[in-house]
Amino acid sequence: MTDEALFEFLHMEIVSHVYKEQQASKGEMDNKDRAACVSVLEGMGFRVGQGLIERLTRDSPSFKDELDIMKFICKDYWTKVFRRVAAILFISPPQGTYVLQDNKFSLLTQLSGGKQYLDQAPKYLAFSCGMVRGALSNLGLDSVVTAEVSVMPSCKFQVVIQKL
Amino acid sequence: MAVCIAVIAKENYPLYIRSVPTQNELKFHYTVHTSLDVVEEKISAVGKSLGDQRELYLGLLYPTEDYKVYGYVTNSKVKFVIVVDSSNTSLRDNEIRSMFRKLHNTFTDVMCNPFHNPGDTIQSKAFDGIVSGMMVQSG
Repeated sequence: MTDEALFEFLHMEIVSHVYKEQQASKGEMDNKDRAACVSVLEGMGFRVGQGLIERLTRDSPSFKDELDIMKFICKDYWTKVFRRVAAILFISPPQGTYVLQDNKFSLLTQLSGGKQYLDQAPKYLAFSCGMVRGALSNLGLDSVVTAEVSVMPSCKFQVVIQKL
Repeated sequence: MAVCIAVIAKENYPLYIRSVPTQNELKFHYTVHTSLDVVEEKISAVGKSLGDQRELYLGLLYPTEDYKVYGYVTNSKVKFVIVVDSSNTSLRDNEIRSMFRKLHNTFTDVMCNPFHNPGDTIQSKAFDGIVSGMMVQSG
């Protein structure tokens, strides 16, 4: 039972560390620095996602198509990492857009239950966006993953698959 | 016992290739390269059959007069190719499957190594050890 708490605490420390590092070297944070922190976190998530998906898909059969892959991400991947199942809200296969919603995102539950700290939420979602992007990239799909929060702790991840 | 083992990345360049050193290595590299065509063919052929659960193990790719070539593809489109001596008829399908399983497990461990960048050649000693265990003992 304590496994979940371990990752949540580590994640909070990672976010706070990246921001402190940036602040220490620059002194005053402007938008460009904030964007840099978010990309560092996203990059970390990307590498983790790549390794994780290798381990998780070791025993499963090949995926038939994109939709199959997205379903896997929502069910098995989300279950293994966040111990919940995310729902796919919106699918638009021609544009390759999928929206995943998690009503009780485990990395946000400790922050607040409503609108408080809404502006701080994106920092805590960057790593997870990176993880999804890394997982998809290792499965052969280039994508752009963004997240938005309207009411904590529910959040939506939008995945846009880049077609060549 | 295999005479050559290769790991090929999604973009079809080799991540790792090792063969029994006593023989002409270039010949094995060439064999592995030509087997990639067969792998691609198998992957796209399986895609056409509807509702089938696709397996990762591809089986015997093609036999030459001296060697048999087996293939396996992971979900991340990384291909493993094993070349075995034709004269070694005691090797059964199950043994080849278990060799591929071991390779896949070790490869997963390499991927999770934070010092390894995906796309680089594999430089892990553990991986080398497992591969040596599977190759023909020379000398």
